[in-house]
Amino acid sequence: MTDLFDSIAPVRAGRTLSRREAVRTGAAAGFSVVSRLALASVPVAIAGVIRDAHAQGAPSILDVLNYALTLEYLEDEFYRIGLSAPVGGTLTAAERNTIEQVSMHETAHVAFLQATIRNLQGTPVPKPAFDFTAGGVFGDVFSNRVTFLAVAQTFEDTGVRAYKGQAGNIMSNDTVLTAALQIHSVEARHASQIRRLRGQKGWITNADRGDLPPQAQPTYDGEANTVHAGLDAAPFGSGSGGPAAVTEAFDEPLTMPEVLAIVRPFIVG
Amino acid sequence: MTRETAPEQTKSVTLSHSRSLWEAGTRRRFLQVAALGGTAVLLPTMLASCSDDDDGPAGPDPMAPEGVVTLDLSSDTGVLNLAYALEQLEAAFYTRVVDGFPGSNLSGPEQEALTDIRNHEVIHRDFLAAVLGSARIPNLALDFGSVDFADRVSVLSTARALEDGGVAAYNGAGKLLSDVDNLLVAGKIVSVEARHAAAVRDLLRPGTRDFAGDDVVNPAGLDQATEPGFVIEGNLEFIMTPIRVVS
Repeated sequence: MTDLFDSIAPVRAGRTLSRREAVRTGAAAGFSVVSRLALASVPVAIAGVIRDAHAQGAPSILDVLNYALTLEYLEDEFYRIGLSAPVGGTLTAAERNTIEQVSMHETAHVAFLQATIRNLQGTPVPKPAFDFTAGGVFGDVFSNRVTFLAVAQTFEDTGVRAYKGQAGNIMSNDTVLTAALQIHSVEARHASQIRRLRGQKGWITNADRGDLPPQAQPTYDGEANTVHAGLDAAPFGSGSGGPAAVTEAFDEPLTMPEVLAIVRPFIVG
Repeated sequence: MTRETAPEQTKSVTLSHSRSLWEAGTRRRFLQVAALGGTAVLLPTMLASCSDDDDGPAGPDPMAPEGVVTLDLSSDTGVLNLAYALEQLEAAFYTRVVDGFPGSNLSGPEQEALTDIRNHEVIHRDFLAAVLGSARIPNLALDFGSVDFADRVSVLSTARALEDGGVAAYNGAGKLLSDVDNLLVAGKIVSVEARHAAAVRDLLRPGTRDFAGDDVVNPAGLDQATEPGFVIEGNLEFIMTPIRVVS
């Protein structure tokens, strides 16, 4: 049985925990697993999974597509459940319009990625089992619209960064790269809209998580970077909003391990 | 002027600023020339000679006339210059928008968002200029005469077109970049353009599905992507400087 982690890291015999067990353990650790400091204290096997993904070097295009598919599974199921759960009935008209449109796109992304993977003679990874409360951290996610929209924002902002982080790994295939860019900008539209519905700016200032709980910080870590292609853009904010505006003007990528650490609490098997 | 040559084999076209260039007859003529696979140069003087006659002699011309800006999309520098051209356009537009706030009917929140966007586009423009250094194209002559800067619908509709167009341009141009660092930079910028596009669309039609409407996101959930050779064509309303696109 393949799962997310098999798709990005080689399975080694003799590991103390199975990949699936590692996932469960990670989920139990909750959001704390994502901070660099906390990483040192989580079970060795999980850190090993993350290191494997680093050590393996550039993932294949199919690896990237299956990684993207896993993230789309997460988003798709989250919105579909939300729309039919009690929280769906408490959304304002604007919120409901937004979530319905976003949900439609995530469902389409799942189908598109599965078809693309098959076209490339690959096998789409199966959908994992999700726990959208993240082990109870967001216990009222499907009954409280504030929680629901907060989690939605982290998923979308994370999704933008996840796709961006893989662009270099798929640039050998123009068709896949272009399609991924086309999904990437849709995720950014979603992120902007959900942020604005929540009273935030559509763009990310510095590495601010806004009103989100500390557990969401890894989704924003690194966003304050102003150096791009070796050039510091910070001076270009002079007279145009200052350094904070410079951080808003560029979104930052996340690596696979960084993204997996963020979503792991939501994956239970 | 009929040859079985696919438009994709077009090597070079020059686009003039005049919107009238794209009247139906002229446009058909342009596409015929483009289909020859050589260099097509269409400038107002030449148009005058062929606009009444679809079978006129506007043939391939390997030399760009003086004053024409060339974008060579076969190199990263050319692709980044295409982005730089768009950022020049966006930065100039939003600067005019912000300067026009005192006489406009844009709401406070709208002005706040547009000021942020102005800042981002100016930063994009100046950053790309610095990245390109001496390889950058000159400042383009721009004309926003078609925009009523006092009218929020005119301003926001233009902003929507520029942002959607910018997103589609970056999405389409990514495949032409060969340096991974340049691709990443383009990726860092395009998602911010998409954030702008969604915000502007929601200001125009608040609380609807328009932020990622079915007019820009297809049934597969994909945003638009414009073939790089046609990006400038989509902005001829504003760009006065003739631009020659080479691929």
